[in-house]
Amino acid sequence: MISGNLEKRHKIARAFRVLCATVTWASIAVLAVLLAHVSFEGFRWLDLGFLTSFPSRFPEQAGIKSALMGTLWLISFTALFSVPVGVAAAIYLEEYAEDSRVSRFIEVNIANLAGVPSIVYGILGLVIFVRFFALGRSVVAGSLTMSLLILPVIIITAREAIRAVPGSIRQAAFALGTTRWQVVRAHVLPSALPGIMTGVILALSRAIGETAPLVMIGALTYVAFVPEGPMDAFTALPIQIFNWASRPQQEFHQLAAAAIVVLLTVMLLMNAIAVIIRHRTERTR
Amino acid sequence: MNTDVMPEEVHDAMTFEKPILEAENVTIRYVDQPAVRDVSLSIAANKITAIIGPSGCGKSTLLRAFNRMNDFIPEANMSGHILYLGEDLYSKNTDPVEVRRRIGMVFQKPNPFPKSISRNVSWGPSINGYAGESSERVEKSLRKAALWDEVKDRLNDSATGLSGGQQQRLCIARALAMEPEIILMDEPCSALDPVSTSRIEDLMLELKEHYTIVIVTHNMQQAARVSDYTAFLENGNLIEYGETDQVFTRPAQKRTEEYVTGRFG
Amino acid sequence: MGQGPSHSGAADSLLKKRKFRLKEEAIKTILFLCAILSVVTTISIIVVLGKETFPFFQDVPILDFLFGTEWTPLLVPRSFGVLPLVSGTLLIVVGAALIAIPIGLASGIYLAEYASDRVRSVVKPILEILVGIPTVVYGYFAISFVTPLLRVVFPSTNIFNAASASIVVSIMVLPMVASLCDDAIRAVPSSLRQGAYALGATSFEVTTRVVVPASLSGVVASFVLAISRAIGETMAVTLAAGATPNMTLNPLESIQTMTAYIVQVSLGDTPAGSVEYQTIFAVATLLFVITLSMNVIAHRVLRRFREVYE
Repeated sequence: MISGNLEKRHKIARAFRVLCATVTWASIAVLAVLLAHVSFEGFRWLDLGFLTSFPSRFPEQAGIKSALMGTLWLISFTALFSVPVGVAAAIYLEEYAEDSRVSRFIEVNIANLAGVPSIVYGILGLVIFVRFFALGRSVVAGSLTMSLLILPVIIITAREAIRAVPGSIRQAAFALGTTRWQVVRAHVLPSALPGIMTGVILALSRAIGETAPLVMIGALTYVAFVPEGPMDAFTALPIQIFNWASRPQQEFHQLAAAAIVVLLTVMLLMNAIAVIIRHRTERTR
Repeated sequence: MNTDVMPEEVHDAMTFEKPILEAENVTIRYVDQPAVRDVSLSIAANKITAIIGPSGCGKSTLLRAFNRMNDFIPEANMSGHILYLGEDLYSKNTDPVEVRRRIGMVFQKPNPFPKSISRNVSWGPSINGYAGESSERVEKSLRKAALWDEVKDRLNDSATGLSGGQQQRLCIARALAMEPEIILMDEPCSALDPVSTSRIEDLMLELKEHYTIVIVTHNMQQAARVSDYTAFLENGNLIEYGETDQVFTRPAQKRTEEYVTGRFG
Repeated sequence: MGQGPSHSGAADSLLKKRKFRLKEEAIKTILFLCAILSVVTTISIIVVLGKETFPFFQDVPILDFLFGTEWTPLLVPRSFGVLPLVSGTLLIVVGAALIAIPIGLASGIYLAEYASDRVRSVVKPILEILVGIPTVVYGYFAISFVTPLLRVVFPSTNIFNAASASIVVSIMVLPMVASLCDDAIRAVPSSLRQGAYALGATSFEVTTRVVVPASLSGVVASFVLAISRAIGETMAVTLAAGATPNMTLNPLESIQTMTAYIVQVSLGDTPAGSVEYQTIFAVATLLFVITLSMNVIAHRVLRRFREVYE
C-alpha cells in the first residue's frame, strides 16, 4: 500500500481550509470596519436638518435636500424609461426572436454593453442627450443616460425570469388558439413578474449610486433648489458625496459620510425589498 | 432504412365518407432526422382514434402536426398535407391560431395555468372574445369533464392545488370550453394513477358523442379499451391502421402482431 | 362553431384566411425596436467616440499618442503621450488584482467547498449587496480611512496616492470575484469530487488539483471581469489617486488614470471642438477598446466553460 505521508497531507488540508475561511471572514470584517467608520463619522451630522437643508459653504448649515430630491427625480424617470424598454427587449428576445443569428448578435451585444465603463455612458449622454437633443443638464438627460447604463442589467435579469416560466404553460395557452401576445400578457408576464421586479430593483439601486455618468453630463454644479419638472437642472446624492469628499476640510468629509449613510440606507432598503420579493415567490412555488 | 417494411403493402387505407382530418404523405424532420415518414391516414369524425407505437416512433410529433403545435419547434420541418374538413391546415392562408381554436389539445403532463380553477377554464373563451356568461360556460365545461362536483365549491382556488387526475380533467375542461371539434390527447394518462386513468377513459367515451378524439398512447390496453380505430407507428412509418378490434386481434402485419402481443416495444 | 357533427358548411374557409393581425404585428415591431436599441446604443458609442477621436488623430499622430511618455494636454508645451495615464491605470489595476484575485478565489473556494449551507445562505446575499456599493463610497473610504492609515505606516505617502486607490478598488471587486468563483466551483459536478476522494486524496488535493482546475474557465473569467471593472473604475481613483499624470511604479505617489483624466477635463470648462475636448474622446476610445476586449475574452472563456458542463 502507498502510505503517501497522510499525516502531513491532512495538516496541509486543514491549514488550507482555515486559510480560506480566515481570508473570507477577514475581508468581510474589513468591509464591516469601513462601514462602521463611515457610520461613526456621519452620524453626528445626521438629523432632520441635514435632510431638509440645501448644500452650503458652511458645513453646519449644509444638507442634502436638493441631492435627495434630485436622486428621487432621477430614479423615477430612469425607471420610467428603462423598465418598459428593458422588459420589452427581454420579451422579444425570449418569446419572439425567430432568427437565432439576429438574437444571438443582440445577446452578445448586450453582454458586452454590460461591461462598458459607466464613464463612457456619461460621454454618450453628454454628446447625445445634453448637446445633440439639447436637453441640457436636465433630469431627463440624466435619466436617459442612466437608462442606457442599466438597460443591459434589466434585460439580462428579465430574460432569466421569463425563461424560468415553464414551457408547458405556453403550450397549454397556445393550444387554446391564442396569439403570442395574448399568451405573453396573460401567462408569461404574470409568472415572470417577481423575477423581473427583483432585477429591476437591483438595477435601479445600482443607478442610484452611479456617479461618473452624472459628472460627465455636468450634474456637478451648485444646485440649491429642488427640480420641479423633468427639464430642470438637478444634483444627486452621489454627486453631492463626491463634491464634499473632494474638498480638503474634515467637516465636509464628515458631511460626505453622513450622505453616504443616507445613500447606503436607501440602497439597502431597495435590496431588502428585492430579497423579500424573491423569498416570497420561492415559497409560493 | 427499414427495408423489411414496404410502405405499399402496409397501407391498407382506411377511408371514411367524411373524414374530419386527413394526413397526406406527411413527413416531419427534426433538422435531418425524419421523425414521421410519409404517413397518410384519415381520422373519422366522432370517433376515438388511437395512435400507438414504441416510444420515439413519432406518434407525438404526428399528433402535434394536427394542430400546428410543431410550429413552436423551429427545427421541425414538415412536408405533405394535412386537411381539416378538406382545408389545408398548412396553406399560406391558414391562421394557425384559428386552427388551434378548432383543434384543442391535452398534454402528457397536466399543465394547468397557475391561476384559479374557473379562470383556467374561462381564459380561452374570454381571450377569443366569447361574450356570454362566463360562469355558465365554466360550469358546463367542468361538468363535461366530470370535474364539476369536485370543484364547484372552490372555483376560485388555485388550480395547482388539485390532484394530478383532477388537474388533467381541468385541462380537458379548459380545452372543451373552446368548443373545439377535435381534441388531441398526447398520452393524457401517463402521469396519472390507475383510478384517475380510468375516470379519464370513461370521460373520453362520453365525449366522443360530440367530439372527435385522437389519442396518442403507449399503453396498448388503453388503446384497446377506448378507441374505435388504431394506427400503429414504428420508426416514423405507419405500419398498420384499422379498426381497433381488428388491429389487436387479427393484425395484418407481423410487426403489429409482435408489438400488440408484447414481443417488443 | 357548434358542438356535434354539423360539418355541413365545410367548404367555406372554416380556418379564416390569415388576416393581417395588426395589433400582433405592431406589438412585435415595438418589442423588436426595444431589443434593437442595444445595438443602436453600441453604434452610438462608437460614432460619438469616433467623431471626436478622428480629428484628434489628425492633429496628434496616433503613435505619439500611444507611445508618448508625456501627458500635458492642458499645459504649454502640450504633449499627448497617453502612456502616463495607461501606467497610472495599470498601477491601480495590478495592485487591485494582486489583492483581490487570491483573496477572492480563496473566498470562493471557502463558500463553495467548505462553508455550511447556512453560512453560505448568509454570506452570498451579503456579497450581492456589497457588489452594489457605489464606487464614490469606496473613494470616500480611500481618502478618509485608507490613506491616513497608509501615512501612518509610510510617512512619505502622498495625500493622493495609487496604493490607497488600489486597495479600495481591490475591496470593491472582491465580492464579485468571490461570488463568481463560488458559482464556477459549485458548477463542477460532484462526481468529479467523489472520484478524487475515492482515490484517497485529501480535501486540499481535491480542491486544488481537481475542482479548481475543472472550474478554471469560470474562475479566470471572473478575474478578467474584475480587471475590466477595475480599469473602468472612475470615482474612487479620481478621489484618491490624484491628478498627476506620472510614469511611476511607486504606489505611494500621486498618479492619474484614464478615467480620472476624463473626469478632470469634464469638470473644467473645456470648449467643445478644442483639442483638450477631443483628448477625452481619444482616452475614452482607448478605455472602451481595452475594456471591450477584456469582456470579449471573458465571455469567450465562459462560453467554453459552459460547453464542458452542460
